Amino acid sequence: MKHLLSAGDLTRDEAELVLDTAEELARVADRPIKKLPTLRGRTVVNLFFEDSTRTRTSFEVAAKRLSADVITFSAKGSSVSKGESLKDTALTLEAMGADGVICRHSASGAPHRLAQWVHGAVVNAGDGTHEHPTQALLDAYTMRSRLGRVEGLNVAIVGDVLHSRVARSNVLLLHTLGAQVTLVAPPTLLPVGVDAWPAEVSYDLDDVLPKSDVVMMLRVQRERMHAAYFPTTREYSRRYGLDAPRMAALPDDAIVMHPGPMNRGVEIAAEVADSVRSTIVEQVANGVSVRMAVLYLLLGGTE
Amino acid sequence: MRQGRGSLVAHAPTPFRGSAAAAGDPAGPAPSDRRTVLDADDIARALTRIAHEVIERTKGAGDVVLLGIPTRGVDLARRLADRIAAVQSTDVPVGSLDVTMYRDDLRMRGVRPLAETDLPASGVDGRTVVLVDDVLFSGRTVRAALDALNDLGRPRAVQLAVLVDRGHRELPIRADYVGKNLPTSLRETVSVLLDEHDGRDAVLLGPADDATGGDA
Repeated sequence: MKHLLSAGDLTRDEAELVLDTAEELARVADRPIKKLPTLRGRTVVNLFFEDSTRTRTSFEVAAKRLSADVITFSAKGSSVSKGESLKDTALTLEAMGADGVICRHSASGAPHRLAQWVHGAVVNAGDGTHEHPTQALLDAYTMRSRLGRVEGLNVAIVGDVLHSRVARSNVLLLHTLGAQVTLVAPPTLLPVGVDAWPAEVSYDLDDVLPKSDVVMMLRVQRERMHAAYFPTTREYSRRYGLDAPRMAALPDDAIVMHPGPMNRGVEIAAEVADSVRSTIVEQVANGVSVRMAVLYLLLGGTE
Repeated sequence: MRQGRGSLVAHAPTPFRGSAAAAGDPAGPAPSDRRTVLDADDIARALTRIAHEVIERTKGAGDVVLLGIPTRGVDLARRLADRIAAVQSTDVPVGSLDVTMYRDDLRMRGVRPLAETDLPASGVDGRTVVLVDDVLFSGRTVRAALDALNDLGRPRAVQLAVLVDRGHRELPIRADYVGKNLPTSLRETVSVLLDEHDGRDAVLLGPADDATGGDA
């Protein structure tokens, strides 16, 4: 594979190769010299058309730990704000000799188009409401490191599935890795055609929690909501938010995940986010290892 | 070394490092084409001798750390540690040092899965590190290992132990402890089989296998 555009493109062997590689690369963080020479002389462009701190920084740290040169290109303050098209931006990067392009865009499918225009490897760092494959990989990595496996786990993905690229990528990847996914959301926050996804659907969180090994809470993405999807935040939180009493209904070793950024008090209560079951901070650390693995596997062997 | 590699590996996946390439690889030359140059007893004697040499040269092996280069170097390092312990009754720390990320041929030969790097708790600072590998060939693996070691600490001295030295060095590197000097042609392959991975101990010399040029 030349690009990483969709979590669904990964075979089980490829996904496990990424996770195994990430496991070895995670040890670099414990060393006095947190750097490997592997991508010395390669240029990685961080092309971010949408705001992001966590993902952009994570990719930047990952690329730098592998000794790549990193150029960060955000839409604000670039020619994009002057009206340059995606294609022209891509050709400019191409002319500068980018070996890898990490792309986040508010339009679903933008990285796929980009991949047709540039020679370098393209990594989808989140496109609209479509996919975010490295997030799914780091979530699977987190489950594996906390629970020892992914296969056979019951994973509940709860909340704004409609607008969530994290949910889509996770459903595809977790299915590939042999986990059972249940999507839990109000009917208004489920996408059309969700019945064709390799996942169960439920409207009742309290029914799903006792049999879940992993609960992944999704942020309510108000910036993408242009209609009334639920009556009030308070009502949403009552029915689909994870608070302490609900957390108590989980099996003893179950974990709580959140891709961040969190809305404390909406989809997740503060005491849940800060509990020992929560992997939210771990997910961020794991993100660097997983992105190092992806960059190594995509760029390490190319001319 | 893990085998789970798919098409995410951009180029044709290279099998194991050249030294051990044909070992247990069904695509390698048939066993009948390969000649046994060291059998299990020869390997055992060579390792015993190397263990004694290490003790002698390091004056008792008190500050020695054995670091094997995966896959088979790690097994050899463990065996050496056992032999040193039997003679000297000191426990020599054993670790593994994966050099994949430091190789100079990743661009030419494609990425490969990583093996484990596991340093003993004692670390390497101020110790005498003995790198252990199965075959010494071009010297490039050892060069990568020296670079990797450099990022992990500052040993007092670094030495190199190999089971087989097959010649054809491309870098100014030599081994301190050699099990067997084996003159080879560049077209030949040297395969080290160890009980831990291959079910038996042997060093085989076979005709060239096009898939691997050998780079140990």
